[in-house]
Amino acid sequence: MRTLELEVPNWAGHRAGQHLDVRLTAEDGYQAERSYSIASAPGEGVAITVERLDDGEVSPYLVDEAREGDRVEVRGPIGGYFVWDGDDPQPVLLVGGGSGVVPLAAMARQRARVGSTAPMKLLVSSRTIEDLIYRDELDALAGNGFEVVHTLTRSQPPGWTGYSRRIDPGLLADVAWPAPESPRVYVCGSTRFVDAAADGLLQLGYDARWIRTERFGATG
Amino acid sequence: MTGTSELRLDGNAIGGLLLELFGAELTAAPCICAGCGAREEMARLDVYVGAGIVVRCRHCESVMLRVVKGRGHTWLDLSGAASLELG
Amino acid sequence: MIVSRGFRGRRRDGPSDRVPPGQYLTDDFPVLSAGPTPHTPLDEWTFTIHGVDEPKGWTWEELQALPRETVTVDIHCVTRWSKLDTVWEGVSVDTLLEEVEHDAAYALAFCDGGYTTNLPVEDLTGGKAWVAYSYGGEPLDPEHGGPARLLVPHLYFWKSAKWVRGLTLRDEDEPGFWETNGYHLRGDPWLEQRYWGD
Repeated sequence: MRTLELEVPNWAGHRAGQHLDVRLTAEDGYQAERSYSIASAPGEGVAITVERLDDGEVSPYLVDEAREGDRVEVRGPIGGYFVWDGDDPQPVLLVGGGSGVVPLAAMARQRARVGSTAPMKLLVSSRTIEDLIYRDELDALAGNGFEVVHTLTRSQPPGWTGYSRRIDPGLLADVAWPAPESPRVYVCGSTRFVDAAADGLLQLGYDARWIRTERFGATG
Repeated sequence: MTGTSELRLDGNAIGGLLLELFGAELTAAPCICAGCGAREEMARLDVYVGAGIVVRCRHCESVMLRVVKGRGHTWLDLSGAASLELG
Repeated sequence: MIVSRGFRGRRRDGPSDRVPPGQYLTDDFPVLSAGPTPHTPLDEWTFTIHGVDEPKGWTWEELQALPRETVTVDIHCVTRWSKLDTVWEGVSVDTLLEEVEHDAAYALAFCDGGYTTNLPVEDLTGGKAWVAYSYGGEPLDPEHGGPARLLVPHLYFWKSAKWVRGLTLRDEDEPGFWETNGYHLRGDPWLEQRYWGD
């Protein structure tokens, strides 16, 4: 994983949850394009967090090679559905798998930035503790009505007392706001992760209209 | 091997493309399926990326949009979308 | 054009007599799709040739009983990846067309899930096309078009229709799913016939 800060001329600002499209052009004109969620909250500049996929085409370049002063093309910010601005008092449940936590972390940062008192819970699913993105930053944000719950699905360190399985209805029942609270929900990750989490929440009695989803492809 | 479920994205994935084609943010734009009449925001539709982009109704799976880009041209078929609310 | 220093991508170039213009080699086998993967049970699967006085159909067992061929071919996707020396097993379309009387010039392949693609009959005959049910020595995976797909390797791979269920023979060319939306009617990768007007 690597968080890259981008200096974008004439950047007009963005909303938590939005993404941008990044296009790379090789010297012979070959181009590749990928979408990355904006990791920073509005007002914090433009940062993206890139997960390196071994067989990826773009991520190994961005993670291993890109250095200060290098240029890429960006388009955005993009998104008017998977956004949370912090002016809604409803409780918020954020469910992220792997790099799906990136736009959700931006929402958590936005909450702190605007002083929202909307209760917020972030449920993060990662394979191992080494795969946890933003662990320290999220711990630092915890409190004041913001809670982070982790599950490690592949292996856990000695002494781990958190969840150690893939998200299922039982885990959601423990963590999620009770349905009568009519929470806003944002779920992000791979298609399989998002579908499983959304289905699990429907089983808890959540209304499908409360749940906003963003599916990442398995591309890099 | 990646399961085909992983190939199904949603309308968020084409937000940038739609911004380029329409000059507007459309991921929250309600679309009506010409096949079954279902009304969903673009972000909630099923998106497949093959030789081109195919947007399908999540209820009846019929094709709502097709987009092909090549050699500076864009071919856009909206015939499966009875209407799009552009804000 | 803004060049990103040091970016190359993962592509490989290959011998120009085997890699058509604008293509790059890939080692994996990308899965592209226009829709959800269908799952037709084999006991319901049929392949049918329509557009003739007496439509001819084969069940899965009947298709398996036909003479099969193993072929090693290069495949070229319009999205610019090419894969060399892919090994397939299936029935030659010549074998199937021999069972019907026709003088059609064109065919429209139709598939589970609704995909269609059009081809001149000439591109389906003469040992150039198969209904393939095995890839790399294994039964064809559903994501790659299993139980059976059309295999027409001398044209761009969108013509090798996944989940094929038959051919409709026609006197006139009727554009299929992608051909009605920008992709070339014929799709010869060596002439780089990707889009309308190429």
